[in-house]
Amino acid sequence: MYKYDQYDHAMVRARVEDFRDQTRRRIEGKLTDDQFKPLRLKNGLYLQLHAYMLRVAIPYGTLNSTQMRKLAHIARKYDRGYGHFTTRQNIQYHWIKLEEAPDILAELAEVEMHAIQTSGESIRNISADQYAGAAHDEIMDPRPWAEMIRQMTTFMPEFSYLPRKFKIAVIASPADRAALRWHDFAIRIVRNEAGEIGFECYAGGGMGRTPFIAYKIRDFLPTGQILSYLQAVLRVWNRHARRDNIHKQRMKILVHELGEDEFRRQVEEEFQHFLTLGQDFPQAEYDRIAAYFAPPPFETGLPEEIDRSDPDFALWVDRQVARHKAPGYAIVNISLKPTGQIPGDISAEQMELVADLAERYSFDELRVTHAQNLVLPHVRKQDLYAVWTALNEAGLGEANLDLVTDIIACPGLDYCSLANARSIPIAQELSRRFADKDRQADIGELKLKISGCINACGHHHAGNIGILGVDRKGKENYQLLLGGSGDENTTQAKITGPGFDEEGIVDAVERAIERYREIREPGERFIDTYRRVGMEAFKEAIYG
Amino acid sequence: MAEVLRFRDDAVPDEPAVSLDAFLDQTNAASVRIEAGDDVRRLAPVLDRVRLVEIDFPRFRDGRGFSSARILREMGYTGEIKATGDVLVDLVWFMRRCGFDSFAPNVPFNDEDVQAALTRYPYVYQDAADGAVPIWRLRHPELQNG
Repeated sequence: MYKYDQYDHAMVRARVEDFRDQTRRRIEGKLTDDQFKPLRLKNGLYLQLHAYMLRVAIPYGTLNSTQMRKLAHIARKYDRGYGHFTTRQNIQYHWIKLEEAPDILAELAEVEMHAIQTSGESIRNISADQYAGAAHDEIMDPRPWAEMIRQMTTFMPEFSYLPRKFKIAVIASPADRAALRWHDFAIRIVRNEAGEIGFECYAGGGMGRTPFIAYKIRDFLPTGQILSYLQAVLRVWNRHARRDNIHKQRMKILVHELGEDEFRRQVEEEFQHFLTLGQDFPQAEYDRIAAYFAPPPFETGLPEEIDRSDPDFALWVDRQVARHKAPGYAIVNISLKPTGQIPGDISAEQMELVADLAERYSFDELRVTHAQNLVLPHVRKQDLYAVWTALNEAGLGEANLDLVTDIIACPGLDYCSLANARSIPIAQELSRRFADKDRQADIGELKLKISGCINACGHHHAGNIGILGVDRKGKENYQLLLGGSGDENTTQAKITGPGFDEEGIVDAVERAIERYREIREPGERFIDTYRRVGMEAFKEAIYG
Repeated sequence: MAEVLRFRDDAVPDEPAVSLDAFLDQTNAASVRIEAGDDVRRLAPVLDRVRLVEIDFPRFRDGRGFSSARILREMGYTGEIKATGDVLVDLVWFMRRCGFDSFAPNVPFNDEDVQAALTRYPYVYQDAADGAVPIWRLRHPELQNG
């Protein structure tokens, strides 16, 4: 994985000192809270309901054991002994003291981590396929490009005050595990007929109160022109977005209002201009970065067989282990969704255990997924039993990847000052309701996503089943949505009808799922059945 | 009249800035005021008579002026670009990088804060309008002339 050089270190340390100075001015009263707010937001520090929340960037969801141990240390020393992995492959801490935030950043800098641009109107952490470098279907590892884009977009002066946040994703597989088309800007690395590598570009996606699925705006961009192209996209948006209504300032609104053709035309015009400036990063810099992502020294001649005599282990293997590109290796998904727990939460002790496993069994690498789980990307099949045993003992042995209890949920009204309703208790209740292993397995793949407000941090628009918490005359109310997806066949979920209270929403989800079990055809997943029969068949079951 | 922080040695243009439309109408005007929504590219045909461009920030959250300044520099404009309005000292470094070379903020800056903001970051990751050498060039001295 990438290693900082003297320059990267110097920049991150400078940001720590910058933030220390800004925090000092706030504490001394030289900055009002209003003045401090945009400064702290540029560095991942939010003021929530009970305390400050600090969001730490995990670029393209990749980290090593040293970094994970540091995250555990921070959880223990500065928070309440746990952290929360997010849908942007980041981690956030919910009980931070303002005066300690600069010290946390200094500790993070020691292990090449930061909180730069993890919130506010900025270019956010670049997300990527969590199986990058291990996936059997990728044409290359997308992370060198993600890292290069991270550097290009760090402290980009022209885009210091974008109209809103800007999210980028990069993948290199036909299968989309990163919800590409729900991003403001996204890249799928492809090979053209001449065998050259290039970027298929998407723009204008996003969730929030006005969801849009990104349009493909370019079939093939030569890789060496990405900075010019990205600047063109950002400039068109920065200059022409509305500035009068914060809810209409995301790029998706501009793309939609101009129409994809006109947006594309404007971007191409600006792109041709940027190309003349000669500011693109050279191939030599890509090569320098890519060298850090060289495949680990995979052993050859390893056994492929897995001893499945322990039925619990066999169940876990079937659910949590994915195909690896190297013979004898496997990708291990670690569930952070045990029955009745908070999706994405992990204790300091569990972080340390996972760090140990990464070091011992996975070439010191870990990944965070946008579904709020973890991945050990390179595990020898012969080590799977040992890995499972250790995970199981630490309460991390759940076998529910992509099942109904593998729920994505935002922190909701338990923490977030923007929320209208609680997400976590709904997730917990659903997790308990469907805890039965046989029933979950029978239901099969079902992506359930819960947001506690219209900002959609819990990705409800992309849920096969989505839940949106709203405030209805001062009471929490939950709307039910069906048919969303964040994979290569991206679709937006639709609202079923009137909302439900806390108890009612869980029953409604159950009725929808039972209807699916009644009417599915052999081999159909929930989303397939929904796409075949449409909303009506489900509405009938939900509302009777 | 706000206090002006200036990074130029030439004479201060003393003519009041007029709106973009007025500037394009009056062939003898030399100072122009760019509002956040104005298209600075309209100045292209008359750029040789511009001595001062004032770019206004109605709210610090409105970042359109950053693009306006950088576009002016990309067009070859070498005269003064002044940031006016709701300008935060913490953004001065970014503004300098976009080509601003004078500042008339609503609330005057403290000298120490300006100094700190301009010297805090030792490097830059990418090109902008200030000629600063990006990190990738420092990493590849062999490409310096290529």
